[in-house]
Amino acid sequence: MSTPLPPRMDRRVAIKWMLAAGAGALLADPLSIGAAAGDQPAAVGGGIGTDPDLMKPHKPGEYWALTLSAAQLRTAAALCDVVVPAEGGAPSASAVGVPDFIDEWISAPYPNFSKDRKMIAEGLDWVDAESTRRFGAGFADAGAEQRLALCEAIAPEAPDGSALGAASKFFRRFRNLTITGFFTTPPGMRDLGYVGNVPLATFDGPPADLVARLGLTDEVKW
Amino acid sequence: MAFVTPSSAAENSYDVIVVGSGAGGGQAAYTLTMEGARVLMIEAGRNYDPRSETPMFQTPDTAPLRGAATPDKPFGYFDATVGGGWTVPGEPYTNASSESGRQFQWWRSRMLGGRTNHWARHSLRNGPYDFKPRSRDGLGFDWPISYDDVSPYYDKVEMLIGVYGTNDGLENTPDSPEGCLLPPPKARIGELLARQRGRTLGIPVVPIRRAVLTRPLDHRTIPAKLHPGNAKAQRIIAEDMQSRAACFWATNCGRGCSIRANYQSTTVHIPPAMATGNLDVLVNAMVREVKVNGAGKATGVVYVDKASGAENHASARAVVLAASACETVRLLLNSKSARFPNGLANSSGLVGKYIMDTVGANWSGQVPLLENLPPHNEDGAGGLHVYAPWWLYKEASKLGFARGYHVEFATGKGMPGGAPFVPDAGGRTSFGVRMKEEARRYYGSHIGFSGRGEMIPNEDSFCELDPKVVDKWGIPVLRFHWKWSQHEVRQVAHMQRTFADWIEAMGGTNKTRPDPDGTKAIAAGGFIIHEVGGTLMGSDPATSVTNPWSQAWDVKNVFVADGGVFASNADKNPTLTIMALAWRAADRVLDEMRRGNL
Repeated sequence: MSTPLPPRMDRRVAIKWMLAAGAGALLADPLSIGAAAGDQPAAVGGGIGTDPDLMKPHKPGEYWALTLSAAQLRTAAALCDVVVPAEGGAPSASAVGVPDFIDEWISAPYPNFSKDRKMIAEGLDWVDAESTRRFGAGFADAGAEQRLALCEAIAPEAPDGSALGAASKFFRRFRNLTITGFFTTPPGMRDLGYVGNVPLATFDGPPADLVARLGLTDEVKW
Repeated sequence: MAFVTPSSAAENSYDVIVVGSGAGGGQAAYTLTMEGARVLMIEAGRNYDPRSETPMFQTPDTAPLRGAATPDKPFGYFDATVGGGWTVPGEPYTNASSESGRQFQWWRSRMLGGRTNHWARHSLRNGPYDFKPRSRDGLGFDWPISYDDVSPYYDKVEMLIGVYGTNDGLENTPDSPEGCLLPPPKARIGELLARQRGRTLGIPVVPIRRAVLTRPLDHRTIPAKLHPGNAKAQRIIAEDMQSRAACFWATNCGRGCSIRANYQSTTVHIPPAMATGNLDVLVNAMVREVKVNGAGKATGVVYVDKASGAENHASARAVVLAASACETVRLLLNSKSARFPNGLANSSGLVGKYIMDTVGANWSGQVPLLENLPPHNEDGAGGLHVYAPWWLYKEASKLGFARGYHVEFATGKGMPGGAPFVPDAGGRTSFGVRMKEEARRYYGSHIGFSGRGEMIPNEDSFCELDPKVVDKWGIPVLRFHWKWSQHEVRQVAHMQRTFADWIEAMGGTNKTRPDPDGTKAIAAGGFIIHEVGGTLMGSDPATSVTNPWSQAWDVKNVFVADGGVFASNADKNPTLTIMALAWRAADRVLDEMRRGNL
């Protein structure tokens, strides 16, 4: 195993992930191994509190320390851009700060968020290592088609303990965090088809032709 | 007069102390000060100014975690709740039972205006049946007052705060007199579909009533109706009405409203009350007990100044408790004296008894007819535009449960707050351009239903002082006991069956099957945040805590102006009724003062 391990990856975990992926050996889900809190970076600092200043724009890292290394963030940026590429005039996920959002999410001092920490951090390391194993280059440095191929490989649902069980679970979670981060930004909202959050003089309801097309009527004295 | 410190509050003399600044406290203070009474309002939380503190157009990317709900901000980052939630640091409460289904969750906030800053603004009148439920089915209690006693106050509150809606002539769903309501907003496309298909199931869908200005209030005619013969009050409220803007059809009301287009105590009640010069407000002051003299009359309150931790006293001729139903119970039970060893106003032993919440269950489905609709602005009035009032009064004997529920439903392309739905067909995690196409296709094609129903008061749902636990100021805390009856649980099963049928009538797909008996689907006690009761009004001092004017039987200068006096908890959201009864109680205070009885 000559592949250099990315920073912060526990060698034992990396070996298990790579063995599972490469050899198809039936191993227990690595995510269920060593699930003790000691394996996870500790949350630093408090939470948001019950009276934050709602008017002040927030940047990840202001309330609590972040988790991911520069290398992991680089992998996250490349991966989230496969999930949400720039297209149709909309920016990619990394262009609207999704890697930092994911880092903030998994680093939060709340159990519902931090439960993703280990899976996401290890998953990013695995993606990078697997890319290196397959293509001789880390994920961020691999070609666009190679990145796509790796994502295609881990997109299908795979049972726990199967070769790609952990990787497919990670990919689903990472995808969901990516689209959360993307579609909650103004460019992402526009891309989705949300056209509100602007003051209007009147509220006119749905377009009349749409109401008619769906066979609906608006005869009530609204 | 304005915001005051403990020392200046101690130096001043007041006619009335109002404990709490939400719907009940705000309304009581408004009515009292407009009619000339000098009032000290005491709020446990901090000052809060919606004009400068409301994140109106902020998008989730400017919030931590994209605005997601956290234990610190359970309704999301931008929710207008300060210092509150299901838990409040340093202010615990306990549950007597660890058994599933027997827990009560208590939502509090610690800010001027209380929970009125974030509420849904649903403003439904109780109907005639709702005041006399026992007479109809033998369960629970009749109120000592009827709809006719309260309807003039509903009229006044609607005209003061501004409520949109229509008169639909439906059973036990009262119409308002001409001039009370504002026009409702147009229905959204999904709401029109739900209305059309609801009709095939016999379910009426009509405009909901919400406290949002769809046009400016009529400042020329309303003031004289609210304050006949009182030129000063008319002038103040006419000016204030002109300073409230109508809704500009953007931003969710749960964030509060900096342009004062919806009702919050802090934007509607407190500003005109302040303008009278008769209102002092003391914030960050946690009231611990009501003090009484040797003659058994209240002399004022003892409170903890949260900044210094020091105990202080404020005095007045009368005390109006509007701390929220359970907090008022706690205050009364903590007000022990030689004359009242079991707590104040508690000679009946009923303080804390018959706590009720709203019966709640949710449901959602996906409707292909609503897929891929052309983008159009569906923000509307920042909340619901339509609902279904309870429609099965005539079927009551066949349902297997007493009372009923109304249906609230959420549709449309609202501001994205999390991951949009993508189907992940065949278990394959969708990504890339195809995933984005799927997200656009399904965005806005889901409909969410919430049933909101009546709970019948029972002997097993109450609160009392915990014998051991105290809060950070050493004040004994509440211990809750909770139990749903079969009426509520069966009602929830009926809700989910109805919602599943409704989704199918829209050609949609239900994600799960209805809970057959309702025990899993019913929301935990307190979860709907409509807790009322605990200081029930009645016609007999032996079986109630207050008289029909919300005045404590045992201490005639103590009044309750929150949901505590509710003798039943109709499916209608309680806030409008809290305000109507608070106005009525304040009229009684004024009346008693004029007669020299206080």
